[in-house]
Amino acid sequence: MSDEALETEEFEFAKIKPVLVDPLIDNNPIILQVLGICSALAVTSQMITALIMSIALTSVVAGSNAAIALVRNHTPASIRIIVQMTIIASLVIVVDQILKAVAYDISKQLSVFVGLIITNCIVMGRAEAYAMQNPPLPSFFDGLGNGLGYSLILMTVAVIRELFGSGSLFGVEILPLVKNGGWYEPNGLLLLPPSAFFIIGLLIWAVRTFKPKQREVPEFKILPAHGEVA
Amino acid sequence: MSETSMQFASTLKVWRERAKAYADRILSLPNDSFEKTLSVAFWLCLVCAVLVAFSAVALKSLQEDNKAADMRRNILEVVGLWREGADINEAFKRFEVKVIDLKTGELAKDVDPNTYDMRKAAKDFKLSEPLPRDKDVASIKRKPKYATVYFLKDENGELNALVLPVWGYGLWSTMYGFLALEPDCNTVIGINFYDQKETPGLGGEVVNPNWRALWKGKRIYDQAGTPVLRLIKGRVNPGQEKAEFLVDGLAGATLTSNGVSNLIRFWLGEEGYKPFLAKQCPK
Amino acid sequence: MEALISLFVKSVFIENLALAFFLGMCTFLAVSKKIATAIGLGIAVMVVQALTVPANHLIHAYLLKEGALAWAGLPNVDLSFLTFLAAIGVIAAIVQILEMVLDRFFPALYYALGIFLPLITVNCAILGGSLFMIERDYSLAESVVYGIGSGFGWALAITAMAAVREKLKYSDVPAGLQGLGITFITAGLMSLGFMAFSGIQL
Repeated sequence: MSDEALETEEFEFAKIKPVLVDPLIDNNPIILQVLGICSALAVTSQMITALIMSIALTSVVAGSNAAIALVRNHTPASIRIIVQMTIIASLVIVVDQILKAVAYDISKQLSVFVGLIITNCIVMGRAEAYAMQNPPLPSFFDGLGNGLGYSLILMTVAVIRELFGSGSLFGVEILPLVKNGGWYEPNGLLLLPPSAFFIIGLLIWAVRTFKPKQREVPEFKILPAHGEVA
Repeated sequence: MSETSMQFASTLKVWRERAKAYADRILSLPNDSFEKTLSVAFWLCLVCAVLVAFSAVALKSLQEDNKAADMRRNILEVVGLWREGADINEAFKRFEVKVIDLKTGELAKDVDPNTYDMRKAAKDFKLSEPLPRDKDVASIKRKPKYATVYFLKDENGELNALVLPVWGYGLWSTMYGFLALEPDCNTVIGINFYDQKETPGLGGEVVNPNWRALWKGKRIYDQAGTPVLRLIKGRVNPGQEKAEFLVDGLAGATLTSNGVSNLIRFWLGEEGYKPFLAKQCPK
Repeated sequence: MEALISLFVKSVFIENLALAFFLGMCTFLAVSKKIATAIGLGIAVMVVQALTVPANHLIHAYLLKEGALAWAGLPNVDLSFLTFLAAIGVIAAIVQILEMVLDRFFPALYYALGIFLPLITVNCAILGGSLFMIERDYSLAESVVYGIGSGFGWALAITAMAAVREKLKYSDVPAGLQGLGITFITAGLMSLGFMAFSGIQL
């Protein structure tokens, strides 16, 4: 079996590196592949919830990718999706149970959003696009890379929202607030749901300004009007 | 080696070979055959079930301890006894937990305070009653028949504080919390919310220690015995008339503030703890 | 009755799954380029939501909840850790059954909605609806209303989004903001609009 040869092949970091690093900026799951925004934005008004969510998602996507890759050659096509779903859902339950056991306070705040990792498009998307065709080890790193790419965006958004919305990072006051005798008047809008959309939209703009390759071609081109100098 | 253990070893070997033969046969089946589909589904379910059940069972006691500790920590916090790193269960020994009948205000002797869960009871059709709309000030729909009350005693058995569980609807969610009163049943020691999903930074500031500190020393009942303590828009001027009945509202969170005012009005009114407090502190 | 109407209004406008909880965002952004497709997907989501939330309610109330198995003589069993697995299983099964029923009895509808159905299994709005129902302890009647309401709210949001995007096509958007970027900003503005409903109590 040629696959077996691949799986027992010596671990070479050079081959793994692109799989791990690409999804951080160049092929970021959130801002380029438009995956996994669903459960992400609601948890970014505080750093701590965003961090726990990132860890939870990264471990689920890495674990499920590895597990799905392990059984990929023996998965009948007819039950492929449900096999993936079962593996993912089981991992999410395990993560949720662990969270409830060790970080009860935060698991209360995350409420249903841990459960929603099951339908997070990153997890399913990576399972279909990568883990079904590749051996477990690279799949694991692909999952890890995509999880980290997701975490990067999540943490960036959370830093902006918490720092300017409540003047603190991880609950520690950075900008002294007016109501506590400081000088900073917090921007309440940043704590409300819509701000997450604006921040991600602007992030996309920033990334695409530096990486013109990622730009989308407009469907409709505006031509200069008659008489106007183009 | 004894005969039985040898026998056992050989049986084990036979079974191992059978299992290996079974695995080889299944794995070599074409992926789309009926038998393979069924066996993949079966084994996958088995592995996942074991994994999930193991994690749930292994972590259950830890989760329940956490939940109980979280509740106790909040009760300690509301009376100002919580210190980081302190032994929660040790500190909690100063509390005497009792269950009272909300309607009569008497102790409910046939309910075990150690197992009674007031929050769960509020959803139980047998242990709670629906509230008519005009009486449902705090928008909680059902009210439990019995309430858990925590009595804080000092070394001499003297009562220091009463901690009452309260809840009510804010903007997004029901806010669950505790209200601590002085033994005079009228002066507030503190309030906190252990479960709320209000907008972080706005309504979510109900958990802010600075805001909660404003509650200390406020009074609940006026001369006529009506609960009048409420949140106002903006800040309370200490020289203001009746300032002892007013608390600063939460900036940018009118509805959460109203929710807090409503839950005070409900839980300290006739439908709530008033009958109990009247018995506890007769005039 | 009043409470149910209030719950419906709340789930459509105030607690809109797409704009207040960001659920179903992947499909919300990907399938909102044309009004016709957006309406098709919206209706499909509404139908599936209206079926799955009550179904999950029954499963949770009579099988999984702590003490739910009392009718089977097992009052101390707590299977609530299986909630996620059961909920996603129910959703996948209902979507599959719906697909077969539509194909067999309503071929025209099947051709209109068929392509969206597989997408719906992994739509977080559907699973989110069921999980919110469990977290908030809705009764059966409430979960029916919540299912219909939240599905309708999501459909409303994606249709409005598609309408905006059809017009937006003709605007001069900066190159880097083209496509996804401007869509996010638009969604943010819509979400801001929906915030105006918050706190309305009936």
